[in-house]
Amino acid sequence: MSLATSVLAGERLAMARLLSQIENDEPGGREALGELFPHTGKAHLVGVTGAPGTGKSSLVNRLAHYYRNPSSGEPQRKIAIVAVDPSSPFTGGAILGDRVRMRDLSGDPGVFIRSMAARGSLGGLAPTTSSMVQVFDAAGFEIILIETVGAGQAEVDIARLAHTTLVVEAPGLGDEIQAIKAGILEIADILVVNKADRPGVENTERALRSMLELAHPTRRVVEHHGAVETININDSGMDSESLWIPPILRTVAIQGDGIPELVQAIADHQAHLETTGERHDRDRARLQAELEQLIQGNLVSRWRQEVSDSQYQEILESLIARQISPHQAVEALLNGGQSA
Amino acid sequence: MSERKIRVLVAKPGLDGHDRGAKVVARALRDAGMEVIYTGLRQTPEMVAEAALQEDVDVIGLSILSGAHMALVPRVLEILAANGQEHVKIFVGGIIPDEDVPRLMEIGVVGVYGPGTLTEDIINDVRQAVVGAPAA
Ligand SMILES: Nc1nc2c(ncn2[C@@H]2O[C@H](COP(=O)(O)OP(=O)(O)OP(=O)(O)O)[C@@H](O)[C@H]2O)c(=O)[nH]1
Ligand SMILES: [Mg+2]
Repeated sequence: MSLATSVLAGERLAMARLLSQIENDEPGGREALGELFPHTGKAHLVGVTGAPGTGKSSLVNRLAHYYRNPSSGEPQRKIAIVAVDPSSPFTGGAILGDRVRMRDLSGDPGVFIRSMAARGSLGGLAPTTSSMVQVFDAAGFEIILIETVGAGQAEVDIARLAHTTLVVEAPGLGDEIQAIKAGILEIADILVVNKADRPGVENTERALRSMLELAHPTRRVVEHHGAVETININDSGMDSESLWIPPILRTVAIQGDGIPELVQAIADHQAHLETTGERHDRDRARLQAELEQLIQGNLVSRWRQEVSDSQYQEILESLIARQISPHQAVEALLNGGQSA
Repeated sequence: MSERKIRVLVAKPGLDGHDRGAKVVARALRDAGMEVIYTGLRQTPEMVAEAALQEDVDVIGLSILSGAHMALVPRVLEILAANGQEHVKIFVGGIIPDEDVPRLMEIGVVGVYGPGTLTEDIINDVRQAVVGAPAA
């Protein structure tokens, strides 16, 4: 039985092995991905990003636990978690510590947690995160939670990969305005103020809300029975239907407060993506971006094989001696190392 | 960046609450270029084996200070075998009486380290166990 077949049959050891092969870019991994790809496209991918220590892992733990033990009437979901931590730029090693916060999920065969090192990638994900997610998707995991490196800045990569991106903030990260980096509105589908048991939660929430109002002046965000809601001021029909205003939700991940509401917001966003056709658009954009990235990588490595090191050095030296311009150097290198 | 990384699970099974040693070893292994999955305190053998499976690690380092090693280690090995993970190399660190060391090695433990072990020695042993060659 091929590795891909075993994965489709739900064999966890086969899945773990395949994930390693993919992470190490082994030929067997590529082959299996090819077999699995037609089975992908069903899972809902939820990104969880935010500054270091805001409680991303603790939230992922609670979310997964809720999906496994939902309120009566809601379906139980199979959950995969991919948690990315930074690699040391000096040694290439890494300490992957997100599982420490995910103890509650152990012993549940409906959960699979995989830690990844970023391996030189700077965008908060690892180079092979999206391929790993495809394996989980094909294997029938219905919700895939992806925790990014806590880099403290808006991570565009996760917004591109996930269907729903949660940006996690927490009070007490210093100056609120500074802590809330510009650009998060472009990636956040849901804003989470975690550690709501801590002082300063109002300030964090207020800062987020004023950013939202700046971005969406036609809506007003109000508080209603303690929950934050958005109200449409000049209802312009169709247009506002297709507009998603990121809700701001408070959570206390260590206690589980606010988790049902967060799960609901994720479901609402998922429904929004379906009804507006945006899910299709996002999937399309993501696959196109992946294609282009792969083309670039492949072209570069193919070209690298055609040019010898000595040719490369020779042209580089000419460039440094200002005998040829950078453009002329590129031209020469693309010509198989022949000087122009 | 697609070279094969050694993946290590550093776990603290049992009830004692000191993870300083485990963290020192985890950091040393990271500084030696390995990817270390750290799972924290009070892991049951079931939790250790489950994490080892999901993370597809090459090596498990168990830090045990409670004296329960003769119960915990065989149990971890048993579950690993049941899961088809006999290839995973087990190292044990902590306070292990001399007479227990050969008994642990007999059931398949690759190395046992007491207090004061040089992290360099551990790193070399782990590399040798996985790659079959000492550090360059
Ligand atoms: N008071 C309080 N502490 C929390 C809450 N959520 C998480 N924490 C604590 O915050 C610390 C960091 O939590 P993590 O879940 O590891 O945060 P993270 O964002 O995943 O951290 P990195 O992955 O290192 O970026 C831990 O000590 C948690 O116990 C919360 O709601 N309230
Ligand atoms: Mg984390």
